[in-house]
Amino acid sequence: MTAMARDFRLPDLGEGLTEAEIVKVLVHEGEDVREDAPLLEVETDKAQVELPSPMAGRVEKVHVHAGQTVKVGQVLVSFGEASATPGTKTAPTDGRARSAAPPAAARQTQPSVAAVRVTEARVTEGPVPATPATRRLARELGVDLHTVAGSGSGGRVTDDDVRAAASRAKQPAAVSPRAPAVPERHEVVRPPVERSPAKPLAAIGLQAPPLPNFEQWGPIERQPLSHLRRTIAERMTLSATVIPHVTHFDKADITDLDGLIRRNLEVARAQGVTLTLTSFLMKAAALALKAHPQFNASLDPAAGELIVKRYCHLGVAVAAERGLIVPVIRDGDRKSLLEIQRELGALAQRVREGKATLDDLKGGTFTITNIGALGGTGAIPIINYPEVAILGVARAREEAVVREGQIVPRLLLPLSLTFDHRVADGADGARFAADIVRRLEHPDQLLLEL
Amino acid sequence: MVMGDLVREVDVAVVGGGPGGYTAAFRCAELGLETVVVDAAKRLGGACLFEGCIPSKALLHVAAVLGEAERAKEFGVDFGEPRVSLDPLRKWKSERVIGKLARGLAGVAKAKNVDVVAGRAVFEDSRRLRVEGDEPQVVVFKHAIIATGSAPSPLPGLTLESDRIMDSTAALEVPDIPDRLLVVGGGYIGLELGQVYAALGSKVTLVEMTEGLLPGVDRDLVQPLARRCEKLFANIRLQTKVTGLRETSGGVEVQLGDETLLFDRVLVAVGRRAQTQGLGLETTRVRANERGIIGVDDRCRTDDQRIYAVGDVTGEPMLAHRAMRQGRIAAEAIAGRPVAFDNVAVPAVVFTDPEIAWCGLTEAEAQRTSRPVKVAKFQWAASGRAATLGRSDGLTKVLAHPDSGRIVGVGIVGPGAGELIAEAALAIEAALTAEDLAATIHTHPTLSETLMEAAEHLLH
Repeated sequence: MTAMARDFRLPDLGEGLTEAEIVKVLVHEGEDVREDAPLLEVETDKAQVELPSPMAGRVEKVHVHAGQTVKVGQVLVSFGEASATPGTKTAPTDGRARSAAPPAAARQTQPSVAAVRVTEARVTEGPVPATPATRRLARELGVDLHTVAGSGSGGRVTDDDVRAAASRAKQPAAVSPRAPAVPERHEVVRPPVERSPAKPLAAIGLQAPPLPNFEQWGPIERQPLSHLRRTIAERMTLSATVIPHVTHFDKADITDLDGLIRRNLEVARAQGVTLTLTSFLMKAAALALKAHPQFNASLDPAAGELIVKRYCHLGVAVAAERGLIVPVIRDGDRKSLLEIQRELGALAQRVREGKATLDDLKGGTFTITNIGALGGTGAIPIINYPEVAILGVARAREEAVVREGQIVPRLLLPLSLTFDHRVADGADGARFAADIVRRLEHPDQLLLEL
Repeated sequence: MVMGDLVREVDVAVVGGGPGGYTAAFRCAELGLETVVVDAAKRLGGACLFEGCIPSKALLHVAAVLGEAERAKEFGVDFGEPRVSLDPLRKWKSERVIGKLARGLAGVAKAKNVDVVAGRAVFEDSRRLRVEGDEPQVVVFKHAIIATGSAPSPLPGLTLESDRIMDSTAALEVPDIPDRLLVVGGGYIGLELGQVYAALGSKVTLVEMTEGLLPGVDRDLVQPLARRCEKLFANIRLQTKVTGLRETSGGVEVQLGDETLLFDRVLVAVGRRAQTQGLGLETTRVRANERGIIGVDDRCRTDDQRIYAVGDVTGEPMLAHRAMRQGRIAAEAIAGRPVAFDNVAVPAVVFTDPEIAWCGLTEAEAQRTSRPVKVAKFQWAASGRAATLGRSDGLTKVLAHPDSGRIVGVGIVGPGAGELIAEAALAIEAALTAEDLAATIHTHPTLSETLMEAAEHLLH
């Protein structure tokens, strides 16, 4: 039988996404891959995903490279026959099979039987088996049914399949199971099983009612959302919808810390660093997270498990011109204050200049948002899904504080800790917040933990 | 616009008050949109209620009663020769059936605050309609829905102005019971009306251009109907064209090939065509093809952002129930809901004796398009219920996807097929498998068991 090239194209990613960036090519030409083996890692506006091979066979040609942006339908990898016998050259057998990329032309290539079967499971043509109500749900959640594998009888796509696809598509890369970069840090630790087996949490379906016709009350103007605005809107809606938020308020007396920062400004400047409160906030939070690991975690409702991260990457909300961006400082618990401060400065600058790389923005385990520069007495931020908690910081002010019967002026920093009530209770939050406060109030104690 | 013209502004203007139009209008009103329907006859119901589905089914019921009375002789019941009085028949049809339903629709429109304006609507641009007729006015709309339906096609190349030449609309009025009736066209309209007139006492000759009745329908489903028609009709002539028509004092002389035959009346039932002429579509961005059919997307929107179209004007299949679904989709799309006409199956029924109904993929189409299917047929000869009805000539056929077992098509012939097909439509639309159908308890003894039985065959 003559070997026939079979093309693997970027599938429809749903949610109106039309392109993706190739992060990593996981196979090389000439390699034999089995069905479902990971081929490529791609990154969309929403998530980083691994694309599994829809067929078994030998990789004949890889058409893309890391860093390249590809469109839906573009050919990524071409396959020959699996384990071709020596001498069987997997050359294209007819002229139409191998144009470089135009999808319309390439689409004419008939995939082999194996590919047809998988095509049905992954990207089917024609009506997708689903009830009318399920199809309506998919439209509301922006899920392309063609990309959803059905779990019902005869491959029928169920409501649960659609909801799962919708939440998968929204899940950011930080928690998607990926090839580990540093294996020992990524190993999944399961406690010795005495507990009851894990079970998924029940799903809830929410849908917004249609908007009224505003034109009936006066003229309106429709402004399309920017890409970033839309992403923020979707992420916030997801977080606010999925996570039951609860907020704990506290104040830290940072009079001493403020003195310490002022005393060391010059020392730091000599090393090229402008010392600010933020680095101390991050250090305090990182150390407190070690003592309260449930706040350095993500809930996996589908598995009914809490994924506790044994690394501490801190996100810091930065107000860029285009909108809110959260760059991430890695291993905040292990870095010195000066290292954190230096990295933070460079990172914030990259973000403001629009030069942040995707790696700068991924993998956070906890977020700090400091709105003090803009004033206010406090704010309740929304958790950066799928993290468990976020620390909101407002402007520090001198207040009259009673100490041992005396009214004394002290510098107080209002803090709010917002956390996922599914993961932790009010008492846990209070203890965690108190731990951060204690470290900020006694900066000398930070020494002991370095 | 002329000074003094009445101008009204609405959210939605629906042009045409048939099933597509009134369904759309009612749904718009439910969704809080101010809606007006412009209908040439100032009545809701359209061709379906006044000159199509409903009157034909009323007459077919009469034919069925006559047929049953005839069959009763088999089991020893003889009512004698039936006598048909046309006046009470027409009165029953127009007052007790059509009139009652029309009053019902008018009542719903009133309750939902949907205004029905009499007149012919002509688009002046993508925002306004001119209404000509009894209630002349200009309607300024935010959205419009075109639902002007279809009308019987004339016999191509042969025009003869004569009362003796009837289209389906005229035939449903039952002007008399002609002694010799020629039905031109072996599609569902010709067969239904041919059977009505044959039951009433006419000697019916049917001519069909192609080589079989009901072109496009699976032959095994057509066969029992063809046999019944051979008994009922005086003559069936396939692959025959009418080449000439001439009115004489004694009737209409019809040229069939090289033969000339005399008939008292001729019924022309050669299909229906979309009614989009004279709508002023050229003033909008709506595009219609050379047959007048308007192109729409899956939300029933035309090339003009403000204008939607539903029903027969959007092409085949020209069926009221498809129009109603489209009407609902168009209304909800206008209201901003995420909807699409994504239905997999539009069931079709021929209300003859026996009835033929099908839904989804037909066996012929599966063969033509080389789609792999597994087919199971259940002959009604093995159905207890069919035996008690004295009707063992039926057949139920289920087509399933060979791997998944998903039901992709159903065809039924036999009395009650039109009702039975509803279950098949649900099964296909909900992507059920043969196993789902086979494992569902069906009432015994009923004809619905034949679906379960056929599905069971697919499991082996």
